[in-house]
Amino acid sequence: MHDMLAAPIGASGLASEVVEGPLARLSQARPGDKGVIIDVRAETHPGDHGVGVEELQRRLLEFGFVEGAEFEVLHEGAIRRDPIAVRLDDMRVALRRRDAEDVWVRLHPRADDSRRRP
Amino acid sequence: MTAATVETVPAIGRVALVGNPNSGKTALFNALTGSRQKVANYAGVTVERKEGRAHTADGRALSILDLPGTYSLRARSPDEAVTRDAVLGRLAGETAPDVLVCVADATNLRLVLRLILELKAVGRPMVLALNMYDIAQRQGLRIDLEGLRRELDCPIVTTVATRKRGIEELIEQVDELARAGAGRNQSTWREPSAAEIRQAHREAQRILKAYVRPPERPDTLTGRIDAVLLHPVAGLMILMALLFLMFQAVFTWAKPAQDLIDGGFQALGGLIAANLPPGLLTSFLTDGVISGVGSVLVFLPQILVLFLFIILLEDFGYMARAAFLMDRIMGGAGLHGRAFIPLLSSFACAIPGIMATRVIDNRRDRLTTILVAPLMTCSARIPVYTLIISAFIPNREVGGFMSLQGLVMFGLYAAGILSALGVSFVTRRFFWRGAVEPFLMELPSYKLPDAENVARNLLLRAKIFIMRAGRIIFPLMIVIWFLSSFPGAPAGATDPAINYSIAGQLGQVLQPLLAPIGFNWQMTVALIPGFAAREVAVAALGTVYAVGSGGGSPATLATTLAHHWSIATGLSFLAWYVFAPQCASTLGVVKRETNSWRWPIIMLVYMTGLAYLASLVVYRLAVAAGLG
Repeated sequence: MHDMLAAPIGASGLASEVVEGPLARLSQARPGDKGVIIDVRAETHPGDHGVGVEELQRRLLEFGFVEGAEFEVLHEGAIRRDPIAVRLDDMRVALRRRDAEDVWVRLHPRADDSRRRP
Repeated sequence: MTAATVETVPAIGRVALVGNPNSGKTALFNALTGSRQKVANYAGVTVERKEGRAHTADGRALSILDLPGTYSLRARSPDEAVTRDAVLGRLAGETAPDVLVCVADATNLRLVLRLILELKAVGRPMVLALNMYDIAQRQGLRIDLEGLRRELDCPIVTTVATRKRGIEELIEQVDELARAGAGRNQSTWREPSAAEIRQAHREAQRILKAYVRPPERPDTLTGRIDAVLLHPVAGLMILMALLFLMFQAVFTWAKPAQDLIDGGFQALGGLIAANLPPGLLTSFLTDGVISGVGSVLVFLPQILVLFLFIILLEDFGYMARAAFLMDRIMGGAGLHGRAFIPLLSSFACAIPGIMATRVIDNRRDRLTTILVAPLMTCSARIPVYTLIISAFIPNREVGGFMSLQGLVMFGLYAAGILSALGVSFVTRRFFWRGAVEPFLMELPSYKLPDAENVARNLLLRAKIFIMRAGRIIFPLMIVIWFLSSFPGAPAGATDPAINYSIAGQLGQVLQPLLAPIGFNWQMTVALIPGFAAREVAVAALGTVYAVGSGGGSPATLATTLAHHWSIATGLSFLAWYVFAPQCASTLGVVKRETNSWRWPIIMLVYMTGLAYLASLVVYRLAVAAGLG
């Protein structure tokens, strides 16, 4: 079950302390994916979000994208599957995939997962 | 005690409402203050300042300030900066509030708990209003109010703003704190770092776990509605259907009222003209004042219909979904998902469209939207298009089922949309490089809009439009009247009076400039009063060709134009009207909304440039094709 994703564990350093399941960027998740947020970073595409990466990180945190939060990807847009709608604990938040790249998540294994992952 | 005397009672306490967006804060503000509301702008910024009066049981007044919704005191937009500065007492010209009321959606406490922790650092007395408490109860959500009160060390009142439940108790609690004047500490608030936000979340999580039991019957309706409304295909189709309905409504529902207003003002003008001797005063009253006021008010029905839709969709919770669905599509042109409603509104009239850009937080996103909004084909262009098309485009069928005239009309609409997307793309690509702001948006739970709140917010929009737009548009109308009337025609003059006026002289001076695009001097003269509003150009053309603004029917005018102009000139005039900023009201509203003359001037220059270029190309091509 766990070999369906080549998880970039090396980059995280957190892999050992979390529960089982593949590690991924939230930006790669698809509707139906559930899991828990492991790490919210400030490193991808500096200068490309219209605000600094630290600012983006703080905004993500303020919206509840915080380590330990349970999430489920609910919907995605029609064009390039973007943006995505995410259930975050008990609220729903929409965000663009590129703004979700620094949110690292541990996906719960899906029973019905026959899809290929990047 | 009458309402008038109530207003004069000095407020004994200043209260500010703070809370997350979608917490029902505005509904609570309405419940607290009723109709005793005043709307203005904060000094120096274009953020709306809503203040009202609430009264304690023994008749004393509390001043209530409704601050823009926010998730954090760390401001991300001009609106949120106002909230932060007002709470901290840093806002120029504002006294710091005596009591804060933090408004929370009782069914969605996580994020607001973090905001409460920030607010506590501000050191002002605070009351927590747990709003929408009825929904929480219906869901079987259990909140240990006593425990939470002890934990947060502030009074808690449960409210249902739409049913006016808990309002008296809230006022009582606020009044008590305001009178005690105690508990005010030095503010220790500063911008939290990422680590501090995480820490606050952990704290909020701990509080939540200790005092709130998750709902027994959680809201599943929102999820089920979203499955349809956010569906990649069905969702977009529903959105398009909604837009179509809205567009139709703006045109058809508003039409009778607009005709009534238009007719009423014309009748009033006629009445004055009939009873006063002809002269400067009469002209000023009829052509200046009355048609000036009329040209402001005639937009009101469209604005009301449009804002009725916007408010209903917003209150229902759909607006965030529309932005979600459109984000990527708009994003291709460098526009924010939320730009979509304002741009759509601009098909009716750019004025409500520009006013509706307030839903866009980011300044650049908002300015881009404002700049391209007038390129959308507004309803005022229709009379001009109809006149020119009927004069120059033969009424024949193309491809067996389409009329050529209809096709040209469609082409003009398409040209407007494509140019708006193009201008926005160029602006974002070359002038405002740098990526668009992050798109992070809460998708609130769906709720049935409350009729009273909708009505109140709609009235407020109408008031704001009349007050603000009127203050700018009306003087501009007077200026245009002045230009078109002074100096008057000399005795024994044979030409229409406008030809001798400043506008007439200006038109003749400017004519060489417009000759390359095929405009004669009569057209140039007509463009000047045509700045009042696009459709005025039709009447102005009638005046300069002495068809008579009253007597000549549009059909006569079309025949006259077809006689005087070449087809190339007619097409060039159409191209001009796709782009030209022939609307003083729009420029006035842009000034109002951006609080600076810079943006209306930029708009004037770029749109005139585009219009000239488009007319030049069209005219030259048409002449080359033998239509000159």
